[in-house]
Amino acid sequence: MDTGINTTRDAAVGPAVGVGARTTGRPSGAAPAIELNGLVKRFGEVTAVAGLDLTVRPGEIVAFLGPNGAGKTSTIDILLGLSRPTEGTAQVFGLDPATAVAHGRVAAVMQTGGLLKDLTVRETVQLTASLFRAARPVDEVLDRAGITGIADRRVAKCSGGEQQRLRFAMALLPEPDLLILDEPTTGMDVEARRAFWTAIREDAAAGRTVLFATHYLDEADTYADRIVMVRKGEIVADGTAAEVRAMASGRTVRANLRVADRGAGRVDGGADPAVQAAVDGLRVLPGVSSVELRGDTVRIQCEDSDAVLRYLLNHTGAHDLEVTAHNLEEAFVALTGTNRTADSRVSQS
Amino acid sequence: MSATTAPTTPPTTGPARGPVNFSPTYLILDIRRSLRNRRTMIFLVVMPVAFFLLFGGPYRNSDPGAFAYVMVSMAVYGAMIATTSTGAQVAMERSLGWTRQLRLTPLRPAGYVLIKVASALVLGVVPVIMVLGAGALLGADLSLGEWLAVGVLSWVCSLVFAAFGLFVGYLVPAENAMQFIGPLLALMSFFGGLFQPLSDMPQVLQNVAPWLPTYAVGLVARSPITGSGMTVTHVADLVLWTGIFALGTAVLFRRDTSRV
Repeated sequence: MDTGINTTRDAAVGPAVGVGARTTGRPSGAAPAIELNGLVKRFGEVTAVAGLDLTVRPGEIVAFLGPNGAGKTSTIDILLGLSRPTEGTAQVFGLDPATAVAHGRVAAVMQTGGLLKDLTVRETVQLTASLFRAARPVDEVLDRAGITGIADRRVAKCSGGEQQRLRFAMALLPEPDLLILDEPTTGMDVEARRAFWTAIREDAAAGRTVLFATHYLDEADTYADRIVMVRKGEIVADGTAAEVRAMASGRTVRANLRVADRGAGRVDGGADPAVQAAVDGLRVLPGVSSVELRGDTVRIQCEDSDAVLRYLLNHTGAHDLEVTAHNLEEAFVALTGTNRTADSRVSQS
Repeated sequence: MSATTAPTTPPTTGPARGPVNFSPTYLILDIRRSLRNRRTMIFLVVMPVAFFLLFGGPYRNSDPGAFAYVMVSMAVYGAMIATTSTGAQVAMERSLGWTRQLRLTPLRPAGYVLIKVASALVLGVVPVIMVLGAGALLGADLSLGEWLAVGVLSWVCSLVFAAFGLFVGYLVPAENAMQFIGPLLALMSFFGGLFQPLSDMPQVLQNVAPWLPTYAVGLVARSPITGSGMTVTHVADLVLWTGIFALGTAVLFRRDTSRV
């Protein structure tokens, strides 16, 4: 497992060879790996997927990002033929998803479950292999997934990370052209995550298309060629990590609002009126999307950092000002509009 | 350990791809899995033989007919436990997400049910052989034809319970379907006359017995040594019960595997 440490960085740089290079020589023809047209999925009154259009070319590694309830899992279920769209169409390599599964062209690593605890690792893979008309040799996929050493261990005794790599080994059996990973590293420790992604990365180097849903933004940043962000069943951003970051234009401004002589004299931990006034003033500035106060430090998300700086310097006692561009996480928050929005917390530590 | 970075051959779409109906490997692994489960083996081997010794032992020398009667009843009981519990594994495997995982393979959903029935029937052989073997060792006196006939009938009749187990497995979502099937089977066996002759029971219970599948199973399996019981009515009764459970399973199975 520890071999992962050295290779991860290189593996992360690997995809720079580019989508084009990795697609060449593929037998897939013209059909896209994934094609979703106007995909809608409703459960009663709840709309999980609200008209999704997405085309993934063969060989792409796509991160599927979004908060809980954004429709990621519903979309994945449709791509795997586990559920039907309410409206619209979903195709995998030009095939109906259920057919694509039966032909071994798409395989998945699900987040939890799907394993029999009293089988060994090897038996689980053998069993799964027997369900495909043509499957890669069991020893080969065990090796690919890095679980040869625990092949004779009962599934019940495997850690979460080991079980996840077992699911990965199972998914490799049919040599799928498209591999779908639904939050594959949830609950793994750092080392297990790294080892898992190293295995995925090495395997994908052969030109496999990968779509993975994740909560870990650094995974999307490190391992994906392309990031698709969804919110309330719709795509809100689609592009490379850099492009997505840029789409959530804007900056974060940090400043210390403590007024030197008065700060120490704050009574009862109550809000300093001057600080409170500054926060109120910041909130009504145009282009400010969020103001957060932690202790004496205020953190402002905004479109126009110059205006914020001008206000802070001219109208408040702010000092130690700091301006940063959004990282992917902030882009995620800005684009998917989760709880940390404009009117949210002004917290006192 | 994964230092080898030799690229794998690009995935291809072979011609021999498509849905799969059955897998002998799956069947073998499924049986092996049950055989090495200590708890399952207690239910399948220890209990039927122990019950046979407990209920039949007293008749060993005094009443060979009663001894053989109890022997066959316990073989039926063991086969019933084996097939029902295997069918009911479906409940656990559904709750573990295993059946969902299988839907990501080319195995047809009906193929899974087929494998479970086959697995149940193979495991059903185990208690039949163990109980009849114990009977033979203790001197039960049957002709070769009678041994074969009671053995095969005890086993074949357990098919109805494989269907019953599957039905419960699709009906109950819980991981521990067996917790409530076990006592249910014991009650059905008791009131169906497997543990003692019905003539020893109050008239009310004698009237109830024919409504239970355990009743006809016992009569049919014992028919080679009792000379009665293999009637059209009883066989039809078993076919009907099997049909009811199979139909119930089919309805629930369809609901379970439908794509919503």
